[in-house]
Amino acid sequence: MWEAMDIKAAYRRVLSGGPVYHAFVLLFALLLVVGISAGIHALFIAGSRHAYGTTREIPLAILISTYIFFAVASTGLCIVSSIGHVFGVRDFMPIARRAVLLSIITILSGFLVIGLEIENPFRMAVYNVLSPNLTSNIWWMGTLYSIFLILMSIEFVFLMLHRHDVSAKTGLLGVISDVAAISVLGGIFGMLQGREFWYGPYLQLYLVASAVVTGCAFILFFVILAHRINRTAIDAPTGRALEVVSKLAVLMLVVVMFFTVWKMLTAAVGGPANREAFSAVISGPFAFKFWVFEITGGLVLPFVLLLLSGGKKIRQMFVAATVMIFSIFFTRLDMVVVGQIVPLYLELGVKEFAGLHTYTPSLHEILVVLGGFGFCGLAFLLGEKIFDGFQEPHGHREDDETATDAVRVEETS
Amino acid sequence: MRRDTAAGENSKQNVPEQVPDEQRREFLKIGLIVTGFFAGGTLISLVSNARQLFPPGAFRQEYPYKPHYAMIMRQDRCIGCERCVDACVAANHVPDYGWRTLVMEREAPKAVGQKREFIPILCNQCNNPPCVRTCPTKATFKDKTNGIIIMNDKKCIGCKSCMIACPYNARYYNEEKGAIDKCDFCLEVNLSKGKKTTACVEACPADVRIFGDLSDPGDSVYKMVHQLQRPVWVMREQAGAAPNVFYTKG
Repeated sequence: MWEAMDIKAAYRRVLSGGPVYHAFVLLFALLLVVGISAGIHALFIAGSRHAYGTTREIPLAILISTYIFFAVASTGLCIVSSIGHVFGVRDFMPIARRAVLLSIITILSGFLVIGLEIENPFRMAVYNVLSPNLTSNIWWMGTLYSIFLILMSIEFVFLMLHRHDVSAKTGLLGVISDVAAISVLGGIFGMLQGREFWYGPYLQLYLVASAVVTGCAFILFFVILAHRINRTAIDAPTGRALEVVSKLAVLMLVVVMFFTVWKMLTAAVGGPANREAFSAVISGPFAFKFWVFEITGGLVLPFVLLLLSGGKKIRQMFVAATVMIFSIFFTRLDMVVVGQIVPLYLELGVKEFAGLHTYTPSLHEILVVLGGFGFCGLAFLLGEKIFDGFQEPHGHREDDETATDAVRVEETS
Repeated sequence: MRRDTAAGENSKQNVPEQVPDEQRREFLKIGLIVTGFFAGGTLISLVSNARQLFPPGAFRQEYPYKPHYAMIMRQDRCIGCERCVDACVAANHVPDYGWRTLVMEREAPKAVGQKREFIPILCNQCNNPPCVRTCPTKATFKDKTNGIIIMNDKKCIGCKSCMIACPYNARYYNEEKGAIDKCDFCLEVNLSKGKKTTACVEACPADVRIFGDLSDPGDSVYKMVHQLQRPVWVMREQAGAAPNVFYTKG
């Protein structure tokens, strides 16, 4: 670890990454800078009303959905990684360190995007502490994710130090705070009685299940990519880890399919607002995104690909993970937007709110979203080199160490 | 056809022979009230307006604020002149991209007689306000004295969660204030300065809006909400926010 943390050595590894690696580092750095600049311009110079595509009727849109995308991914990474190093399932251990780092990176990416969405981020820092509203889901979500970030950072440091006793304990607390946070996030929407499409306990549960799927997709994608970047072959323990992760993904995809089918069936027989939203999703303006991304790309195609891969065909698994990540992004967008498209006064039949509300992301919003992905990509690429591909120094392998530590964890528990 | 006629004759035989017209009218009126009245998109049964609007255990008899400010709209009187909107804009410096009160228009081409009607809306100053519950920093809260939902601008982080929480679309982000803006029953510009009513009420030429104290049995709002002769309803009752803006006709 300390050899890996040697700053000069890390710097040399970054420099020796090769032209493709450097090109992507520069690209992601550029996206990050442009994204932050666009957000600052939108909030403090142009005004969000002019720069963002949100309206009075649809005040939360792609920036919030991107935040949710990253937050859900972070939760999933935390849950999946904890199966190994917190709960002692050896097969999951080789992916633990990378997954924990990715969990930290993704939640920071989410914070970056939401920080450029909230109109007064500086007031947030002050009044979240000085004037907390304990009945507010948003307050709890922010607080729990902040605690989670601290716990995950501690966990990561101790994982790198091979102090699995401490990392397992902080990891357990991290998982608890994280699952609570994602559930509370669902509650932000699910506890709004005036929004029929969201209201109920569905989102609080769905997001936890969906988080595991997203976490699996991120692990498959980034672990396979990391070996490509580091020009290393996937060793047997890591291959076994990818296999069990892909099987977990298949299982959880089925769970999410059940959630999705029942959500839509329930909406179909719900009140007028639910039925309007249902029609918009099934055969209206959101139909393409729903059928192509949410259903095909987010559920069916990865399910088939992962099933056929048997957890062993790496290329097939990588394609499945890529398609999943891409599709889940749009699933989150629709989850946020569709809940707002039906006018609150639609039932009255008034002229002012006769049709569905529409939303199109603005250039500023797209740039901020790309900034979030820029940060995520940049931090991942740098992390791979700084931590030397999470390989063990002195000739001993990560999985050997973690396996030994697993025994240690089992003994202590 | 014959069976219909026979049924009609039978039913005629069952009707009491002499029912005074006045009694019959009262009976029909009660029937209308009891079985419900479709108005403003909300079907409600009005055994007692107050009991319906404030479910058992809510604030039906004892209103928690003194004064407990409320408004009742005599919807059928609205002519859509929007003087209320203009007065609100002028009094509260509402920018052109926002609104605190709005007059919506509904067309009913198949209706007998009048073919359209107007429906004024504003913040409902709910007793169970989702906006207050969802605000992370208590930037929006119910005034402890009068129950009006107000803003503390400097605490507003602009997360807009109150905007999606509001079942009435009553909130918008005010760039100039750097905070969410909403109707406060003119608390800041009128009530706090000793005036007794709101700018929109003052401006209405048809006396559509009546503003008053729901905790005072002598107040006209109290009387209109608690009477049984006319139906009284609230917007989007199913949202469970227990609003303090009521609607009536007739």
